[in-house]
Amino acid sequence: MSLVSEGADLRGPVFTGRDAAYAEPSLAGVGDYLALMKPRVMSLVVFTALTGLAVAPAHLHPVMAFTALLCIAVGAGAAGALNMWYDADIDARMVRTARRPVPMGRVQPGEALAFGLTLAGFSVATLGLMVSWAAAALLAFTIFFYAVVYTAWLKRATPQNIVIGGAAGAFPPMIGWAAATGSLSLEPVLLFLIIFFWTPPHFWALALYRTDDYARAGIPMLPVVAGDGATRLQVLLYTVILVPLGVAPWGFGFAGLLYGATAAISGAVMLLLAWQVYNERRPADRASRNLFAFSILYLFLLFAVLLVERGWGGALLGWAAT
Amino acid sequence: MDDKRTEEKGVVLSEAQKRARRSRSIAIAIALAALVVLFYAITLVKGPGVLNRPL
Repeated sequence: MSLVSEGADLRGPVFTGRDAAYAEPSLAGVGDYLALMKPRVMSLVVFTALTGLAVAPAHLHPVMAFTALLCIAVGAGAAGALNMWYDADIDARMVRTARRPVPMGRVQPGEALAFGLTLAGFSVATLGLMVSWAAAALLAFTIFFYAVVYTAWLKRATPQNIVIGGAAGAFPPMIGWAAATGSLSLEPVLLFLIIFFWTPPHFWALALYRTDDYARAGIPMLPVVAGDGATRLQVLLYTVILVPLGVAPWGFGFAGLLYGATAAISGAVMLLLAWQVYNERRPADRASRNLFAFSILYLFLLFAVLLVERGWGGALLGWAAT
Repeated sequence: MDDKRTEEKGVVLSEAQKRARRSRSIAIAIALAALVVLFYAITLVKGPGVLNRPL
């Protein structure tokens, strides 16, 4: 589940938001607005941002750390709302996204746009005024990148959409780090690269067994444009790049042995699953589903171990030792 | 005559629309109250230099 792949498994009638009566008073409830913010994506964003913030070599008061994470979460929610506003037409044509609030007609497109812009403005301004302008600038760029570069441009234009657009989902650890230190260095860039190269195999594994859905929506996903075999090769190649990157924080001395062992073992499993995906052919989709599911666990493991080892868990261990 | 009365009444919300509006209003009130508490806590933490922050 990345910033570009989130979506509930949805079924039911499909409506287009464009058809709804604009003058009709809104029936949108609080839950609809929460859904606009893509809460599952927000949880991943908060987790990776927390890791970036916690492993940074600077102390941030818990209240300020909470404020930074809140702003990053709300900023991610703003990007999600802007995405749902712009993509309502194609969301309505895909089973995975057809029951989102805008295509269902529960939230009007203008309401989603206003909600997204308001959240974006508040989150960036609050992060800048209260914590760090460097982090706020990164957050603003991330929202812009996801809503404009990915959603409005790349998604409908190129099969490399999720490769380049995946950068939006990779920025949160850098924002967390910048919130703590006010600057950037090699470590947060490594965390960025891990998520960046994790996104293609994760998302294309999903696209391999959702190809018809994307084709129906007219989205030029790699399996639709280049075919099944080419996509499976790309999944394998990106995983080959990803696994050494996953171990790199240990190689650079930025993480300890526990992280190194976790990254190596889980990376080997990723490679094995990617190899199985490479050797699988449609209509079989078991390997693709396995890789998609394990890729979520893989990313979670890397960041969780780093958080425990270098972040607050490490600090607690240090306190216990003294 | 009927048209004029309708105009004077303006937009009449259904019960469902009223409930939705009320839930949105409560959510906005809670969010604003939470922001007040957050900004107060930040002010206590940062003291007089609340707006001093690293670039």
